[in-house]
Amino acid sequence: MAFVAALKEKGRPVAVHRPWPRVVVDEEVWRQAILGIAAGEATLLGLWSDGETVHQGVAREPANDVLVVSLPCPQRRFPSVARTHLPALRLERTIRDLYALEPEGCPDERRWLDHGRWGLRHPLGGKEAAPASGDAYVFHSAEGPPLHQIPVGPVHAGIIEPGHFRFTANGETVVRLEERLGYVHKGVDHLMLNAPLERAARLAGRISGDSTVAYALAFARAVEAAQGSEPPLRAVWLRALMAELERLANHLGDIGAICNDASFSLIHAHCGILREHVLRVSAGCFGHRLMMDRVVPGGVVADLGKDGIANLRTLLRTIRRRFPELVELYDNTASLQNRTVTTGLLSAELARRYGAGGYIGRASGRSVDARKAPGYAPYTTLVFEVPTRTVGDVDARVWVRIEEIGQSLGLIEQILDRLPDGPIRIEPGPASGGGAAAEGLALVEGFRGDILAWVRLGAGGTIARCHLRDPSWFQWPLLEAAIEGNIVADFPLCNKSFNCSYSGHDL
Amino acid sequence: MRKLLFQSLLQSALTEPPPSVDDAALAELASSVNRAAMRRLGRSLSIRQVDAGSCNGCELEIHALNNAFYDLERFGLRFVASPRHADVLLVTGPVTKNMREALERTYNATPGPKWVVAVGDCAVDGGLFAGSYAVAGGVSQVIPVDLHIRGCPPTPVQLLKGLLALFDRSEKMAGT
Repeated sequence: MAFVAALKEKGRPVAVHRPWPRVVVDEEVWRQAILGIAAGEATLLGLWSDGETVHQGVAREPANDVLVVSLPCPQRRFPSVARTHLPALRLERTIRDLYALEPEGCPDERRWLDHGRWGLRHPLGGKEAAPASGDAYVFHSAEGPPLHQIPVGPVHAGIIEPGHFRFTANGETVVRLEERLGYVHKGVDHLMLNAPLERAARLAGRISGDSTVAYALAFARAVEAAQGSEPPLRAVWLRALMAELERLANHLGDIGAICNDASFSLIHAHCGILREHVLRVSAGCFGHRLMMDRVVPGGVVADLGKDGIANLRTLLRTIRRRFPELVELYDNTASLQNRTVTTGLLSAELARRYGAGGYIGRASGRSVDARKAPGYAPYTTLVFEVPTRTVGDVDARVWVRIEEIGQSLGLIEQILDRLPDGPIRIEPGPASGGGAAAEGLALVEGFRGDILAWVRLGAGGTIARCHLRDPSWFQWPLLEAAIEGNIVADFPLCNKSFNCSYSGHDL
Repeated sequence: MRKLLFQSLLQSALTEPPPSVDDAALAELASSVNRAAMRRLGRSLSIRQVDAGSCNGCELEIHALNNAFYDLERFGLRFVASPRHADVLLVTGPVTKNMREALERTYNATPGPKWVVAVGDCAVDGGLFAGSYAVAGGVSQVIPVDLHIRGCPPTPVQLLKGLLALFDRSEKMAGT
């Protein structure tokens, strides 16, 4: 029997958890799950808590056999996942910081999101008062006479989010990078507690601004799964349209920015123009440049008119005419290739172990895409491919994104051709089969990778608990590996080619 | 590459005419900006952007100010890499408690005369994140703010309208 199916048999299923089951297990089965994941029999999708219980999301690859394994923690401790499977480390440290649940045997005692600035400890698990003067943080050491440290951040030189990078360098070469994140922690898990549905949806749309559509979609799908409700068909297609526009805008902007970080500003300027076209057409169609708050539980709040369809078709023509010239220029400029080829290599083995999604995983040989597997409407009826590369360098990540632009253009065209008529929203409310304590899970492919959303409904149309896991959780640690042996000056290039989310990770 | 460059030469510019200056921004600045200092700096301001806790939505639109349509540098406004080179701090986000000290230190590292522009609804009062244990509040809770530009996120045109008010003020002052 397949590992995930066998695991399911060993637990007690909870009443309402859709569309995939959640089983409550004992410590022994919890450990078996960890061993299976570490042995590569399944991929870790997430690790989170609701205050009393810890949950592991696991999936057999490709992710069409999804299961949540839950361990109640009456003694406020659980066997560490990271002890055996390191990709869980930061998630586990976060559970300890926020919920005061101790991962027994966790190989890292340091706090992660808690910098000692909140004036309290364990905001979701007891709330003990504490000084807000800031904790000391000890970085892992690398020692030897020629080595020196370069601290960078949290405030960076560009217009980007804050985080701290501690480089240990041997001359120009990076020997070791250690990240310290959590600077933009806003307490989302806490703000979600008992939040009315409408407010919770707005919060979900602001976890990571560049992925606002993907997050709103993941949240809406999780809520709908818990309620057992289905949004109208037209809404499902409009959601996919918005999601592809978001992917297009981000890929165009980032490809330009990567070239800019290699000091090639011409492509940056032209990509910036194309990105601006996408945002303007999005604003014309849906009333907001980033399409924030357009996807809600029950459907969408903005319909697409005839003018919008015409403008979208013009946009497709514009990008198809102009973008190939830029790709040709990227491919034929030796000075640019010199910077991107063989820079920031990420091995296929590491990408697999961390279950890396998005262009980071796909540029290192992983053929994963939540739109394909587990898959969701309307993608199951649309024709598209998942571009992959095996080299795992900056260049491979750029190429995956170049090819994804082509796929997104094709998807938008198919959606425009086949967009069904009808209502765009069903009235939210206590839908059939839902009710308090009903739980839902969703996996949605954002431009950066798979976003996991888990919700438990509360009384009176509220959200009792909600956990949103950004793809960056499994990508940030890989950047530390990819930069090793590269020169310090190539870090911005490597970092931009990963483009992990700070806000999405810090929550 | 030559082909692309030639095409760009032959095309008309994409850059759009500047928007009218935001009246609310002018009114807010009238009471807060040091007029003599503003006059001294004339039509050139260096901006240092600081994300103090935003969701990154505001940063995307601030980035857009540099594209060919908005071309911020034509107004003498440019982004710089260090607070030591800056006249204006452009701060986004609800200020998280984990970023509070970094923001204060960035402010202190900026030489005077200096101005602080708070960008986005969260920067006004914490927005959707107000009241969280991890959030200190709006930017003015931590450092003095001269101008607020609202929006979630503000569009590039809204950002331009607000930023141009900095100049409009100084030019009117110069005329008096």
